[in-house]
Amino acid sequence: MKMKPTRDGYGEALLILGEQNPDVVVMDADLAKSTRADWFWDKYPERFFDMGIAEQDMLGTAAGLSMGGKIPFVSTYGVFVAGRAWDQIRTTICYANLNVKIGGAHGGISVGPDGATHQSLEEIALMRVLPNMQLIVPCDAIETRKATLAAAEIKGPVYIRFAREATPVFTTEESPFEVGKAVELQGGDDVTIIACGPIVYEALVAAEQLAGEGISCRVINMHTIKPLDVESILKAARETGAIVTAEEHQVNAGLGGAVAEVVVKQAPVPMEMVGVMDTFGESGDPDELAVKYGLKHTDIKAAVKRVLKRK
Amino acid sequence: MQANLHELKSICKEVRQDIVRMTAAAGSGHPGGSLSSVELLVGLYFAKLRHNPEQPNWPDRDRFILSKGHVAPLLYSVLARSGYFPVEELTTLRKMGSRLQGHPSMLVLPGLDNTSGSLGQGLSQANGLALAARLNKQDFRIYCLLGDGELQEGQVWEAVMSSAHYKLDHVCAIVDYNGLQIDGDVEDVKGLHPLTDKWQAFNWHVITIDGHDLEQVLQAYEEAASVTGKPTVIIAKTVKGKGVSFMENRPEWHGKAPNKEQLEQALAELAD
Repeated sequence: MKMKPTRDGYGEALLILGEQNPDVVVMDADLAKSTRADWFWDKYPERFFDMGIAEQDMLGTAAGLSMGGKIPFVSTYGVFVAGRAWDQIRTTICYANLNVKIGGAHGGISVGPDGATHQSLEEIALMRVLPNMQLIVPCDAIETRKATLAAAEIKGPVYIRFAREATPVFTTEESPFEVGKAVELQGGDDVTIIACGPIVYEALVAAEQLAGEGISCRVINMHTIKPLDVESILKAARETGAIVTAEEHQVNAGLGGAVAEVVVKQAPVPMEMVGVMDTFGESGDPDELAVKYGLKHTDIKAAVKRVLKRK
Repeated sequence: MQANLHELKSICKEVRQDIVRMTAAAGSGHPGGSLSSVELLVGLYFAKLRHNPEQPNWPDRDRFILSKGHVAPLLYSVLARSGYFPVEELTTLRKMGSRLQGHPSMLVLPGLDNTSGSLGQGLSQANGLALAARLNKQDFRIYCLLGDGELQEGQVWEAVMSSAHYKLDHVCAIVDYNGLQIDGDVEDVKGLHPLTDKWQAFNWHVITIDGHDLEQVLQAYEEAASVTGKPTVIIAKTVKGKGVSFMENRPEWHGKAPNKEQLEQALAELAD
């Protein structure tokens, strides 16, 4: 299987947008090489602004650029953009519904050796609570490219979360992608696994292994957290009667929480959530960390078995 | 609209009366810092700013970015008296359903160039607009009003660096240096002194004026427009609560509305 970091999809999309739309501008806060914003910088230097190590100013400046008719794409690590500049995103950008696109890089524990300070595990919670914000967590590099291109077409704030490590590229150019519309990757009757980001691949591996044990799993790629595809969740709840969510994010207030908000109100079924269990990460190899913090296909399989017992 | 000095003074008087009337009607709001910035904003809107109340979204208009959003009463009064909306609407300030939100929301009221209320964020927006203008080959200028207490926000100094780095000579920051904030004297809370040196060290062109002297205010805007290659800051020494004796230099009037008797006294003083 081809491996590629989702951040590459962001960089590729910016190059396409740079050519297609003269109003697209790109900003970064001294991390352009890591976020892949430097690809745009090399090609369109007059439309790139390095804002230095000043995330709050970067988001405010992006707001001003959008007020002047531009479509700014700003990127830096998720911890610094979603966390440090949250009030700028909330009050200046979302309240005024400004056309600012945020590329949140290095999402998840897979950032690895840099440790807990740089492992962003809170962006889904921080962004999905904001009115007007749309939030996309693509599953591979191809989908990240599509999501970034789609963001440019949306009038209003969009946050795209992507990651550092190379992960499996398992969608194709032809795979459907529409903001707000979940993708059913695999049909199934016993349980539904709903996941977002590169961990969707782990969900597919889990489903395949469970099929060998006679358990039929539906797998949904919930790439858009907001607006959430409520219909696909309700359909899954009603048809399979049990749901497991999986995300490389704090288990509290993330994808699992978003799905549970829908399920408890309209179609209560047993749920289990796979994610980081209300703890900070640590330095380590990405795969070692995924094992320790319960983010592997084995953890999803265990969650499926737990939820089936409660059905 | 170009007004002469005499007309400007009379508009300042009306605006001050609006501010106390609006906050009294709302029962809350921020008269102190609104009153201290009156000449700065009246001078700008009625003598300098290229704008057209008939076309609030005219792409080439000069922009006014309010960074200290709590002085919304002042901006609303100036916008109404410029013709953006009826003066009668001013007393709806802070009431349910009003376009005059407690802090300005650009989505609901014509004439507002930004949304503000969380301090320290306006200058970054002004810089973004200046960068957009440069890319679009537009010539509009961007004015940004900041409070002095607001300069304690770190983002302001990030933005101060950005304006200078990108040589944004179409950005003009205005600091309402009234010396007071909610908890007391700015110098006691977290001092700014020496403020002029700070901006100069950040490579800004600095003009210091008496912010209640309209001639100095207009002259400062002229000078700012003539500076090239660097941004300009106008540090305007002002009096918080200016024009109302019992509010002047009293920090408690930062965010408190006058009661009925206080309103009458304020209006009587402002009528002189």
